[in-house]
Amino acid sequence: MIEKVGNRKHCYKKITERRLFMPLVCLFIVLLANVIKTPDFFKVSINNGVLYGYTIDILNRGSELIILSIGMTLVTAASGGQDISVGAVMAVAAAVCCQILSGGAVTTNTFENPLIIAILAAFTVSILCGMFNGFLVARLHIQPMVATLILYTAGRGIAQLITKGQITYIRVDNYKILGGYIGSCPVPTPIFAAIMTVIIVFLVIKNTALGLYIECVGINGSASRLVGLNSAMLKFLTYIICSLLAGVAGIVASSRIYSADANNIGLNLEMDAILAVALGGNILSGGKFSLAGSVIGAITIQALTTTLYAMKVSADQLPVYKAIVVIVIVILQSPIFKKYAAGLVSKRAAEGIEGAN
Amino acid sequence: MNKKIVLSVKNISKSFSGTKALSSVDFSLQKGEIHALMGENGAGKSTLIKVITGVYKYDEGEIHIGERKICNHSPQEAQENGISTVYQEINLCPNLTVAENLFIGREPKRMGFINWKLINQKSEEILRNLNIEVSPTQMLAECSIAIQQMIAIARAVDMRCKVLILDEPTSSLDKEEVEKLFELMKHLKKEGVGIVFVTHFLDQVYEVCDKITVLRNGKFVGEYETDKLPRVQLVAKMMGKDLDSISNIKGERKEFSGKRIPFIEAEGLGHQGTIKPFCLAIHKGEVIGLTGLLGSGRSEMVRAIYGADKADSGKLKVNGKEVKIHAPIEAMKLGMGYLPEDRKRDGIIADLSVRENIIIAMQAIRGMLKPMSKKEMEEAANTYIDLLKIKTESRETPIKYLSGGNQQKVIIGRWLLTNPQYLILDEPTRGIDIGTKTEIQKLVLELAEKGKAVTFISSELEEMLRTCSRMVVLRDGGKVGEIESDDLTQDNIMKTIAGGEQEND
Repeated sequence: MIEKVGNRKHCYKKITERRLFMPLVCLFIVLLANVIKTPDFFKVSINNGVLYGYTIDILNRGSELIILSIGMTLVTAASGGQDISVGAVMAVAAAVCCQILSGGAVTTNTFENPLIIAILAAFTVSILCGMFNGFLVARLHIQPMVATLILYTAGRGIAQLITKGQITYIRVDNYKILGGYIGSCPVPTPIFAAIMTVIIVFLVIKNTALGLYIECVGINGSASRLVGLNSAMLKFLTYIICSLLAGVAGIVASSRIYSADANNIGLNLEMDAILAVALGGNILSGGKFSLAGSVIGAITIQALTTTLYAMKVSADQLPVYKAIVVIVIVILQSPIFKKYAAGLVSKRAAEGIEGAN
Repeated sequence: MNKKIVLSVKNISKSFSGTKALSSVDFSLQKGEIHALMGENGAGKSTLIKVITGVYKYDEGEIHIGERKICNHSPQEAQENGISTVYQEINLCPNLTVAENLFIGREPKRMGFINWKLINQKSEEILRNLNIEVSPTQMLAECSIAIQQMIAIARAVDMRCKVLILDEPTSSLDKEEVEKLFELMKHLKKEGVGIVFVTHFLDQVYEVCDKITVLRNGKFVGEYETDKLPRVQLVAKMMGKDLDSISNIKGERKEFSGKRIPFIEAEGLGHQGTIKPFCLAIHKGEVIGLTGLLGSGRSEMVRAIYGADKADSGKLKVNGKEVKIHAPIEAMKLGMGYLPEDRKRDGIIADLSVRENIIIAMQAIRGMLKPMSKKEMEEAANTYIDLLKIKTESRETPIKYLSGGNQQKVIIGRWLLTNPQYLILDEPTRGIDIGTKTEIQKLVLELAEKGKAVTFISSELEEMLRTCSRMVVLRDGGKVGEIESDDLTQDNIMKTIAGGEQEND
């Protein structure tokens, strides 16, 4: 009997000590609440040849957030700070892309320039934004939050300048594919975009030593230098990756509304991305990281937002409810609470032993 | 019960996830006594101290302060109960003044505002009473490590502690500073403070301590009067074995006889502000020692060679070819390895596993695009865990959970894996138990035998004499002499180190 209780305790410890345990529990709780509230939550049906359902909606709407949170995870791990300019960079990328496509006009019904050139230009501008952030953080040692505050405030202004203060519309069906559907494929394209991003970044990290280097620099910069790592270069690189991914997210977001709305694309999304990183069990002060955790975190946040909309909470009040849920989730993941929970379990196990005797 | 006893610990046990760190340990401290707590790494000294100060909860046993049974849940509570601790790493705020550091958290207030005048006044008093020569308004960061340590002690003492725990306070101090610290300790002893002194230096124990308690593998070995326990006995009790393995190393040092093929040749190499230009040749198969007082430029000299501080003057030849090193990675590619002095700050990557800590340098040399496979990493890690007898629960344990000596071995393993032609070991044996020290010394000699060049830096002259075939003496940030073969005696070295004063006369 004692052995059995001991085993159970051991098992519990083994499971709870997994890094992804808490993030998954949080996601599970949010989903559970949904199922109770709306029994057909997991129902997926096909209407007009496309998939419909809450889960599809969450993944679809959460695509940009997932893409952003991947970049945010890398920046956080390497520099121990966050890039708060990603939302603004999304707007800049969208503006560049749409402006090139429309050839400077406010609205267009045909591509004035090839799509590929517009997208490459948007990526280039995103990378430039990343280089700017990275230079400030890695070379000038400015705190990440302060360094990226510059583009956070200036970014949308730059986007406005590019679109000359207008919302540029691209009324071409081909442009709507990225934010809509590919041909008769029933799965929304943004989901593919998110999956592709995750897979590419994951493969890069798995097939190079980049992940190890980033963790190393994030944990101890001084020791990393002495074992031959170029910590400035690595930080610089993560900011570039982060901004590039923001550019990808920006184009997806712009394709959804087939326009470049400099004021609203990616608005407040940087905060959600940071939250996704934190919910994923990553330490915001840098070091070890888990991409899977951040993806789960991003899905959790989007599930929460969708749930609240489904419960007819108005957009203005949304942040309040979101904050309440976030508080609960963050407390659940805090080390003090984890210790407390572990204490409860071992107490229970001890009582079990006594009872057996 | 003896009225003079201020702290008594009885039958304390503590285990971490199954492994016993302390089993029924006793310890008692009298009023006005300096009591050494000795033991090799992993003996349980730190654990015992953390249990006493409430950092860890203990599983069994009792702690009494005077007549009163206490149970500390936090260092604050311990402080309220009269137990203060000064750690090796100073836990003060370098960006505040001396006075602020003395009173932080308990500032005297007037009408809700901090009374700065009173703070400075009181601080001056405290500093004067303890003979600490520093102005209360000076920034802490501008004070030497020794003064900082003394301020930490002054703060503890001023909080009316009955028990003062000093955890390796002397390991980063030079001789003169240690003397000053001892004066302070003796002064406090007269005032009736009980002092627990944790150190690795035997000399210091015999200089100031009244009693010695020895721990080994988490068990209480015994309590002894210092003057009734000969050194050899003490060492034997700490190690739990005969002394042969220590004395063995003597006589192993061979005169450097091979052909002198230089690996490193520095001509006027220097780094503004840390090391004056110096000339130095380091040959293959030679162990060269750098000696001098703390701050004499020992570490700075090797840092300039390794490129940790980019040299701004002079020339460096590696293996006969002139090179310019801009960053450590270039030095590594030329076949150098560098074990830094400050293990915590520059050595370990705390959250990463033992495996990752071992392979990181090798991986850096190979470059980002050529990651080592899982199998390669595991093989490398296993090899060095076995070779260096690293005590770790598993290959994947984060290095921060290892004891200091084992962390050091991991870092040595990290460099051995890169198969360096020239290995720099800066204080590899600091804060490490005698057994591991001996192993490291043997390893250094083995490396030299294989034709590698080694630079060995240590504060312990004896250890250097045993391992080095040539010694470079430094003073005040510059090289002042080289000693080798028959001249290589403690006496000669001391004279060369001290030489400056005669020149000045």
